[in-house]
Amino acid sequence: MAELLRTHPLEAWHVAFERLPDTARIAVEPFVAMVDVRLGAVGPEVRAGLGVDLPTIANTWVPADAGRATWLGPDEWLLSSTAETPEEFESRVRAAVLPLGGSATDVSAQRIGLRLTGARVRDVLTKGCSIDLHPRVFGRGSSVQTMLGQAGVVLLALSDAGDDYVVLVRSSFAGYLADWLLDAALEFITPDS
Amino acid sequence: MQLIECPWCGPREEVEFHYGGQAHVPYPDNPAEVSDEEWAHYVFFRDNTKGRFAERWNHTAGCRRWFNAIRDTATYRFERVYRLDGPKPVTP
Ligand SMILES: [Zn+2]
Repeated sequence: MAELLRTHPLEAWHVAFERLPDTARIAVEPFVAMVDVRLGAVGPEVRAGLGVDLPTIANTWVPADAGRATWLGPDEWLLSSTAETPEEFESRVRAAVLPLGGSATDVSAQRIGLRLTGARVRDVLTKGCSIDLHPRVFGRGSSVQTMLGQAGVVLLALSDAGDDYVVLVRSSFAGYLADWLLDAALEFITPDS
Repeated sequence: MQLIECPWCGPREEVEFHYGGQAHVPYPDNPAEVSDEEWAHYVFFRDNTKGRFAERWNHTAGCRRWFNAIRDTATYRFERVYRLDGPKPVTP
């Protein structure tokens, strides 16, 4: 039987990303397991089962064991893990939230991650994003679901200096967004870089 | 571009939202007993207010939650947003 290999939607963009300067780096994140959690009320028992306090403040994320927990709505979170397979992660999270009346769904194939680093990446992002990304209001731990260009994204701030972000985008929009980002980063490519 | 205040996410650009029609349209208490005409009124008939109108909106590109808003249909000004489980605000 033929083996089904998962190919990354941005495989063809690697060369173009490598030409970008250090001030506006774009790197494709490896595949990670992601689970969408729906849960009505968050109490201490959630931490006991999941090992992480789900953030209840809108538009924030917190680090988890080997991943992140991102607020998506008043009763919805996106959990990621680099340490487990999607199947393992889904069943572990499900076992923790099901007794509390919640649900967990594997959404690992829904989005891919891009890591944007460098002193000018905030300028790149603001070309197509209406959110105030200044680190004074969008520092480490902030997240936002919004439009970047014409694509819906989840944007996470990883630093308090405004130079490190993760963009989660739907796989089918990844090519469009990669082209958009390369175009937005064009002015930061200097002849000697 | 006009900003709409999502009750969860705060002010966002209008393009992130979708309109959901008139708010506070009550589901019939006894749907099996209403006549075809009454059912048609529940499903299709809406007010066509000029001025302050209570509407449902969805923050499609953000948290994907439904909420209600009081919007002036003549000026397009959003006067109030409130959660679905909240009472209809009394506006002057
Ligand atoms: Zn929202």
